[in-house]
Amino acid sequence: MRNVAIAVLTIIFVVALGADVLSPASYKEQFRQAPNAGPSAQHPLGTDELGRDRLSRLLYGSRISLMLAPAAALLATAIAAGAGATAGFLGGRWERTFLSATDLSLSLPWMLFLMTVRALLPLDVAPAVSIAITFLLLGALGWAGPARIVRAAVVAMRRSEFMLQARGSGSTGFRIVLVHLLPNLKPVLITQFLISIPVFILSEANLGLLGLGVAEPMPSWGSLLRDLERFSEVRSNPWLLAPAVMLVAVVICFQIIARPKDLAT
Amino acid sequence: MKALSLLLVSVSLSVQAAQELRFCLRNEPKTFDPALVEDNASETIRYLTGGVLMRLNRLTQELEPELAVSWKVMEGSRAITLHLRENVKFSDGTPFTSDDVAYTFRRLMDPALHSATGDAFRSGEGNLEAIVDGPRKITLRFPEPVAGLDRMFDQAAIVSAHSSNRDAAVLGPFRVKEYKPGAYVVLERNPTYWKRDSAGHTLPYVDAIHLDIQQNREIELLRFERGELQLINTLEPEHFERLSAQVPRSVYDLGPGMNSEFFWFNQSAGAPIAPYKKAWFQSTVFRKAISESINRDDLCRIVYRGHATPAAGPVSPANHQWVNAALKPPPYRPEQALRELAQAGFRFANGTLSDQAGHRIEFTIVTNSGNQARQRACAMMQQDMEKIGIKLNVAMLDFPALLERMNRTLDYDAVLLGLVNVDIDPNMQMNIWLSSSSMHSWNPKQAKPATVWEEEIDRLMRVQASQLDYRKRKAAFDRVQQIAAEQAPIIYLVNKNVLSAVSPVVKGARPVPLTPQTFWNAERMTLDGPGSQSSH
Repeated sequence: MRNVAIAVLTIIFVVALGADVLSPASYKEQFRQAPNAGPSAQHPLGTDELGRDRLSRLLYGSRISLMLAPAAALLATAIAAGAGATAGFLGGRWERTFLSATDLSLSLPWMLFLMTVRALLPLDVAPAVSIAITFLLLGALGWAGPARIVRAAVVAMRRSEFMLQARGSGSTGFRIVLVHLLPNLKPVLITQFLISIPVFILSEANLGLLGLGVAEPMPSWGSLLRDLERFSEVRSNPWLLAPAVMLVAVVICFQIIARPKDLAT
Repeated sequence: MKALSLLLVSVSLSVQAAQELRFCLRNEPKTFDPALVEDNASETIRYLTGGVLMRLNRLTQELEPELAVSWKVMEGSRAITLHLRENVKFSDGTPFTSDDVAYTFRRLMDPALHSATGDAFRSGEGNLEAIVDGPRKITLRFPEPVAGLDRMFDQAAIVSAHSSNRDAAVLGPFRVKEYKPGAYVVLERNPTYWKRDSAGHTLPYVDAIHLDIQQNREIELLRFERGELQLINTLEPEHFERLSAQVPRSVYDLGPGMNSEFFWFNQSAGAPIAPYKKAWFQSTVFRKAISESINRDDLCRIVYRGHATPAAGPVSPANHQWVNAALKPPPYRPEQALRELAQAGFRFANGTLSDQAGHRIEFTIVTNSGNQARQRACAMMQQDMEKIGIKLNVAMLDFPALLERMNRTLDYDAVLLGLVNVDIDPNMQMNIWLSSSSMHSWNPKQAKPATVWEEEIDRLMRVQASQLDYRKRKAAFDRVQQIAAEQAPIIYLVNKNVLSAVSPVVKGARPVPLTPQTFWNAERMTLDGPGSQSSH
């Protein structure tokens, strides 16, 4: 099963990276005589409302989302691991400060912050810069929830027998964190990482409403998934589900790859 | 036996459910005070509950008497004498007199109230003079002449001067019965409404109107399909297509509406943009070439699914009285556009257009985020302009950030937006065309007109505003439209068709392009067959 998941993910990544070669058309070319067309030999997933080839947009969109959403998830998980593990391990005022910081982060209206960021950016900011800023912001702002879970896991471990044993055998704080704590946190961190990926992909789509994110005509999974908002059309046009199927497939593959070795511990 | 008969009559009456018309408000009404209305939801309630002196017939586009049986505009459109209808009462039973008209207009004109409706009558400094000549006659004299004065009365709902509960006393066909914030507003029949049909029956026919507050258009559509709603005032093209496949008898494409979609280039001298860009934007040849490079037919066919018409100018063909019918939409001819640009010194080489100094022609068009039709229109314009070597960037901003750039910092190249016209009279466009206006979008607040043609537009707009003769006003405004077409300070794209839905159970509905499209004659609508009765 794990090998199948690895194979599927590899294929998806290779296809996404080879979008330039594999796509039937450019992601922005408008076939204006065939808007909203169903699947055909020329357009295997049909065309969107502007006549753009859906398959090509899915492949190009995969490249952006598959590279940047995991990167943002990695950033968020890394911040969560550092902050949560430190607070949980040291306890006392460190823990109280950490909890206040996460409470503050979770309660702040980040939407206003993001809107301010967009307003401050120049209007002609390059698409690549806009994309990078978007995922950087998502990664930097998405740490608080996972960090609280990491801290709870560390607090539970702090009183465990293996930690007492480590202390009893003379291990110091830094060594305990590196050798004993982090390896045992791996399942939690991997889970948080995997959960964050689809969340960030969908968040990117919502940021598009604020003018951040991946700008037209460039596609992303998030912008493609927004077609599903017209849920009444999905029944008669099931190919609209293709980006959702890809997203679910990728998330499941990531989970299968991670589970046998790490989650069983 | 008599008691049994009475009981039967009573039971029969109680099972006869009320006729209730249902449709949606797309936002929370911000006020029930007719003087303070600025949003669509509040305007809907004002339209259905407010009694006005004269009403614009949305079908004929003619002004008709309501609470005023006759009127005379005098002193060069500065004053108006009104003769009021007799035996009219507010919904609380208070008699309607000229005192109420005087009170309403004094209140509207009070600068401290900040009434948008009052602003339309306030053409200069000074106070309103209300001369009451008995209970049925009143003369209103405004500080300065008000162009199209009588038409303005369509939006001025009369409030009671003497009622103990002024908020509840209305003169329209309905009155507010219940309001649950975030959920619904229920209007019930005004028992003292004065109007009758030709057979002498009291209007309105329906007992109540239930207005659900619902922002989600998909849910609104689903509820309409299930028969829970009877009217949808404006439909998106994709929803229109869906309904026309499912309930073909319920949908109406009413042709071009009053609203238009357009964009303009920033020509403001103080704008913080590169001087070479300003030179492009101030060039009439450049603006017209851009206009001719856009395939408006494709915009109508693809973005609006065929439910739009290429726009010729600032006045929609739906406005029969004021449109300059001689104007035609700019043709799509990119090759001609390139030739004109070449004559003006632009160079096209290797698929790229440059100016004389070698700057690549690239600019950013900004529009409000969340509007998918505008986003798609921008994407189509990107491809169109690419054909003449122009790189068009598209930026989406939330509305406050967009307004900040448009009105304060002036830091933008071009803006794509739409205009919602609620009145057909050209005076409603004064703030757009006068060069001194803050709404003169491409170059606002000019101390004196920057160009000869803007000076000419200023003069013509003042001419039409100071005339009472329709033909003279029309001639002046026709010329304004012609100059706008020749100079293209605003590049008009499309006039969206008005798409509405009316359930087949509604009788008497006559949807029209003017707002409010479906319920402008709500007082004459009845419900029939399944779905006509409901309770709440």
